[in-house]
Amino acid sequence: MSLVFSAIVAAVALLPLRVCADPNNLPYSNAAGAGFENKIAELVAHDLGRTLSYVWRPQRRGFVRETLNAGQCDVMMSVPANFGPAMPTLPYYASSYVFVWRRDRTPPIASLDDPRLRQWRIGIQITGNDYNNPPPAQALARRHLLNVRGFTVYGDYSQDEPQRAIVDAVARGDVDTAIVWGPLAGFYTRGQPALAIAPVSPPYDGPGLQFVFEIAMATRRADRVLHDALNVVIARRRADIHRILREYGVPMTAEPRTENRHHDS
Amino acid sequence: MNTAMKGVARLVCVTAGVFAACGPNTRDKGGTGTKLENYSAVAPGAPDSVHLIAEVSAGDWRMPTGDYGGLRYSTLDKITPANVKDLRVLTTFSTGIPHGHEGQPLVFKNTMYVVTPFPNNLIAVDLTKPGGAVKWIYEPHPDNRAVGIACCDVVNRGATYAGGNIIYSLLDANVVAVDAETGKEAWRTRVGDINKGETLTAAPLAVKDKVIVGNSGGELGVRGYVVALDVKSGKELWRAYNTGPDSDVKIGASFKPFYQKDRGKDLGVSTWPPDQWKLGGSTVWGWITYDPETNLFFYGTGNPGVWNPDLRAGDNKWSCAIMARDADTGELKWAYQATAHDAWDYDEIMENVLVDMTYGGRMRKLLIHPGRTGFVYILDRETGELLSAELFEPTNWASSYDLKSGKPNEDPTKRTHFGTVTNNICPSSTGAKDVIPSAFSPRTGLLYIPAHNTCMNYEAIEANYIAGTPYLGADVKMFRGPGEYQGELVAWDVANNRKVWGVKESMLPVYSGVLATGSDLVFYGTMDGWFKALDARTGQELWKFHTSSGIVGNPVTYLGPDGKQYVVIYSGIGGWMGAVAFPEVSEDDSYAALGVVGAMKDIKKMTAAGSSVYVFGF
Repeated sequence: MSLVFSAIVAAVALLPLRVCADPNNLPYSNAAGAGFENKIAELVAHDLGRTLSYVWRPQRRGFVRETLNAGQCDVMMSVPANFGPAMPTLPYYASSYVFVWRRDRTPPIASLDDPRLRQWRIGIQITGNDYNNPPPAQALARRHLLNVRGFTVYGDYSQDEPQRAIVDAVARGDVDTAIVWGPLAGFYTRGQPALAIAPVSPPYDGPGLQFVFEIAMATRRADRVLHDALNVVIARRRADIHRILREYGVPMTAEPRTENRHHDS
Repeated sequence: MNTAMKGVARLVCVTAGVFAACGPNTRDKGGTGTKLENYSAVAPGAPDSVHLIAEVSAGDWRMPTGDYGGLRYSTLDKITPANVKDLRVLTTFSTGIPHGHEGQPLVFKNTMYVVTPFPNNLIAVDLTKPGGAVKWIYEPHPDNRAVGIACCDVVNRGATYAGGNIIYSLLDANVVAVDAETGKEAWRTRVGDINKGETLTAAPLAVKDKVIVGNSGGELGVRGYVVALDVKSGKELWRAYNTGPDSDVKIGASFKPFYQKDRGKDLGVSTWPPDQWKLGGSTVWGWITYDPETNLFFYGTGNPGVWNPDLRAGDNKWSCAIMARDADTGELKWAYQATAHDAWDYDEIMENVLVDMTYGGRMRKLLIHPGRTGFVYILDRETGELLSAELFEPTNWASSYDLKSGKPNEDPTKRTHFGTVTNNICPSSTGAKDVIPSAFSPRTGLLYIPAHNTCMNYEAIEANYIAGTPYLGADVKMFRGPGEYQGELVAWDVANNRKVWGVKESMLPVYSGVLATGSDLVFYGTMDGWFKALDARTGQELWKFHTSSGIVGNPVTYLGPDGKQYVVIYSGIGGWMGAVAFPEVSEDDSYAALGVVGAMKDIKKMTAAGSSVYVFGF
């Protein structure tokens, strides 16, 4: 039995690690390999003794269905740790939505209940699709804070850095603050001393509304071999992965030790 | 052919002993220029109480809606209730694209023109030769990044014909004109930007020297509009937005909405929180109809973008509205918002069928709009006054409409709020009908509505992920509504505001367009692939044929080169609800196809992807 398993592992090891990725989505990934997901993919492929290849496609509706689950590629470098459409690995980091502000214009802000928010224009991200909104949209609506400006996470895809518009809007003073997913905010405020970030408080804002997400890699549900191999890499190379994330300015929060739900089966 | 057809039409009037109906039933419309070949200004056998507002199909099919009034009615009567049992397949051919085949072909000059789903090829078929002989195929090669942006399969709703060109939308937000003879591209105009989430799926409509089309992509925070292009050059002539300041919406001194609720300055700005109209959706992915007499064109707008309702306080104009614009200038003449501050995704992009008929004791200029909301709206198309709104399928978000204010009487407990469970909302987001169009017979006075009976629970919140960003989505579960059926072809008596009969489908919605003919036949298809002919007066099923895939297209009838009548239908499951039939759409992925999986889970056993065109005759 273990002989057969070893043979499979050996055979798999000859093939490139095929990563499903967006070719124009900094700071996560791009076709030039400049995103942190690219760097982590390189590390993982190297650790598995495999070469690396990409299947590029904009991350839009149907991305998982038409790349990973269609068998075109074998791993997505990041998904929420309880992601349904594929099989997540153990989480390898956690981050939070953060407030972004310009130090010379706006005093520090961390709490959604800060009364000054009533006077401010607030930038938030738009993920699209009916009935779906990023958590800040809901938290603000609950507090009747409706003076918001929306920035789609797709941005203007004809540009090189489609997602940076929301941070630029803070830098320009178009909005007083913005509530942005941590890795994006960290990357675009890194090296800009005029801009500050702080995790959104409270991290859990009533039933069902969270700002902290654990991030894992994901394989097809049936791909147990690769899934288990990735979990081994994540455990062994966690410090190296975190070093890459820190280089990209990703603000990390402590990971709660949750069980991966797909291990229960 | 034109003269011959009119001769036939007159003969029918005389022999049917309804000569009186032929006179008042004909109206000099004026202003529209040349008459359409193989179209008829009269509907033989129609009662005196029903007048056409524009010529209807009588052998050709030259515009997506069949005729300017959107009747999808043909005077052809060679296929009859008596002989339809002998109808059989004469030709079938594949478009080669196994995705949702919405829309319908154009047919004229012995040629059939078929637009495929993405990559939006245009196939010209020579009808003088047997076996679906291809004259030419035009391949536009649209930008394939559009595929990931389109919300609900990569459908196309068909072409229109004008100035010697076949004109249609490409998914990547371009409009193309292709020489009908040679298949050579005459012009291509980019009207939207896929980099910003805009796509085009709707069929354009040509009016005089312009072709008018609207955009899709409301769920990605785009801003809806209609745009007019010059038929000859493709040059953009004007653009009218559905949100924003009056200048952008083309609201001027001649804007006269009937109801107080729709009056005021810059409502497209003031009925939203600051700046949110810029992401306000309200797109135009359904049908456009046109009234030559008033020179108005009509369309419905989609749901408001992009947030859940809690974050977009206000009426959110002009989402979920029926719009009447001047066909020369694009100026808005009136608007009627069917639902303010939409909480259910009730796009009102459905067809607006135009007919003059005796209604409430006098002849009126009607606009008939079978709504996503479950109500059939009947409006005066000159003024925008709501004359009636009655239910055609089980509905509980509102009980009725107040005709004085134009507002629905809502059940506030059925409004959705993020983080709050709301059970048993009827209809579901897919509506009591969707974009798939109805047909109207001037002979029977009935509107034939392809309907759904689907409800939904707006449930727990789940983590999801897009473009590197985790977020929370409401888990919307759809299911079959009350009464043990999910689809129905509803025959609606327009003059009396009531349903006269319905033919129910147990497990699937009716998601096929309808065709009505001069011999009192109604043709339509089912999502499990049956193509049917019913008696237009009684609903009795007279004939059916099982095609290879589910039907989400719209039937068309035409006269062939041999003078015989043919009926054509696409067979290729897909579209929003039909996409669940595709093997790659997982039954346990509640996010696939925007939540319809629950209602459609049986479809995989009942049909599979297809790409066929079926031609029936004797």
